[in-house]
Amino acid sequence: MESFLNRYRNITVLLLVIFAQLVLLAVQVKNDQNVRFIRVWTVTAVSPMARLVEGMRGSGISFVHNYITLHDADAQNRRLQAEVDRLKLENIFLTNELNTADRAKALQLFQQRTPSKTLAASVFSMGIGSSRKVVYVDRGSTSGVMREMAVVIPDGIIGKVTAVYPTQSEVLLITDPMFAAGVVSGKTHAHGTLKGTGTPLCRVDFVAFEDKVEPGDWFYTSGDDRIFPRGMPVGVVKSVRPGQPYREITLDPSGMSRGSPEDVLIVVDSVHQEIPDTPPANQQVYLAPPPPPLAPPAGTTNDAAATAADGSAAPAAHTTPGTEADKMHAQYQKAAEGAGMLLGGGPTGTTPTRPPDFTKLPVDPRTAIPGRGTAAAPVAPVPVQPAAVQPVPAPKKSTAPPVPAKGTGPADLKTTPDAVRRANQAAGGPGGLPQP
Amino acid sequence: MSYSGGRMLLSSQREGQVSRFNVWVTILVPLLALLFQIYVPLFFRFLNFLEMPLLVVVYLGLMRRNPVSGLLVGAAVGLAQDSWSKNPLGMFGITKTLVGYFAASIGMKLDVDNVLMRFILAFFFYVFHQAFYWVMERALLSQQSPFDLTGWLGLGVLNALVGAALFHFLDKLRVTA
Repeated sequence: MESFLNRYRNITVLLLVIFAQLVLLAVQVKNDQNVRFIRVWTVTAVSPMARLVEGMRGSGISFVHNYITLHDADAQNRRLQAEVDRLKLENIFLTNELNTADRAKALQLFQQRTPSKTLAASVFSMGIGSSRKVVYVDRGSTSGVMREMAVVIPDGIIGKVTAVYPTQSEVLLITDPMFAAGVVSGKTHAHGTLKGTGTPLCRVDFVAFEDKVEPGDWFYTSGDDRIFPRGMPVGVVKSVRPGQPYREITLDPSGMSRGSPEDVLIVVDSVHQEIPDTPPANQQVYLAPPPPPLAPPAGTTNDAAATAADGSAAPAAHTTPGTEADKMHAQYQKAAEGAGMLLGGGPTGTTPTRPPDFTKLPVDPRTAIPGRGTAAAPVAPVPVQPAAVQPVPAPKKSTAPPVPAKGTGPADLKTTPDAVRRANQAAGGPGGLPQP
Repeated sequence: MSYSGGRMLLSSQREGQVSRFNVWVTILVPLLALLFQIYVPLFFRFLNFLEMPLLVVVYLGLMRRNPVSGLLVGAAVGLAQDSWSKNPLGMFGITKTLVGYFAASIGMKLDVDNVLMRFILAFFFYVFHQAFYWVMERALLSQQSPFDLTGWLGLGVLNALVGAALFHFLDKLRVTA
């Protein structure tokens, strides 16, 4: 340092002297804002250093606060963890609520669609201390449940009731080794017996080796066991191995594909259905909106005639009726016009000589009723299907159930499945139980 | 008298001879120069162009060949001149400090006993003094003084002529070895 000062002594002294005089000058001189230069220079020189020092101080405090002492981090961590736990529980609860609502909606749709009379029940307990695959549902004899009743869900069969108590029932699942049910292949109508294996998969026995069954084929209940109504989906073939004299078929039960069910339907009144040719589809079916009302036939009203006379560009009127009711309306209209009258519109202008004879209408062979002369038979209303349709297809031709429902006589066996369903539903209470 | 025999540049530092002055000379001569600068223009306005303190600082710097001594003499003369003027203290002080320092530094390299060299140095330092003072006026005092380079050059010649004569007179006050 001393040698440095000796070497640059002259310039050092010069700078010191000039600096001292600059300071002296700055003390006296003011700038445009009437502030002395010494103050301006001092502030200008000190401010960056002050900012630097303040920044270092803040950074140091922040570092110590955030990384060294971790002030409040532990308490905040515990608080956040508790909140996360609470939110997880709330999320699980809401998810379960949503799933329950979805299952209830699916069961409701299935109940409306299936011709069999069912009773909704919830699984509240699994079989404990037993190798058997059983569950307990919250419906018992007081709700009309009896032994050997089928237990199903929209995806397929679940099991059967093996014990009934006043307020609960024991259901033997189809995966239990003691379970058995008659099944039939949807494609080749090969009959067999479904048996549980104690595993998630089932087995179909007694299918002859000459019957053609391939993996992917669907099996349905055959109704032969007089427990399950015919046509309920059972499952899809997982594997097929040739055997003598029967094939060894492994089946993946569709009712158990989502694990053990929580909400089930107990079939209290079975109605058999046809075995569907195609596997059940899990896609919803679009139902188009109803068509708009038809315009009156051309030539039947004065407005239509006037429009035709004007030759305006009106859309072409329907000259042929679209529905059976329209056809009948056209026939009656034609008969009324022959008598000089207009149906619903009074006289056409000419004096009617006699009332129209509606007994001589042209007979449509499709709507004729034996013994009713030429009168048109009323057309049965077409039931409207719900917008969202579940897998089981509508029955083509229903047959009488092998076991008649409680309270139904032999005459009821000759009625159609729709009639049976309507009778069951009319007799059932809010929960689907038949009225005593 | 001449030490160099017609050369302007010294071949080595030994060739330059340091002039010594009595203490009263180093005090009295600047004081007289300041008094001249203050009072003479009051009676003879045409002598207002003379910058006698500057010429004394240049001479002392050149002759003593010591930068520290030169800048101290410049600072003292400049501050004294500031104190007798309306300017803030330091304007002439800083300017003459630089002049004394540079004069002493140049005096070590040049033959300052040469009359032409003295004329040139006096002219140069006068122009430098005026230009640096103009810069400081604009920078520190925010005064918009005109940049009169032609006037500075003309007055520089006059001051250089007076300076050459003054330097010859001051040479007689040197202490002979």
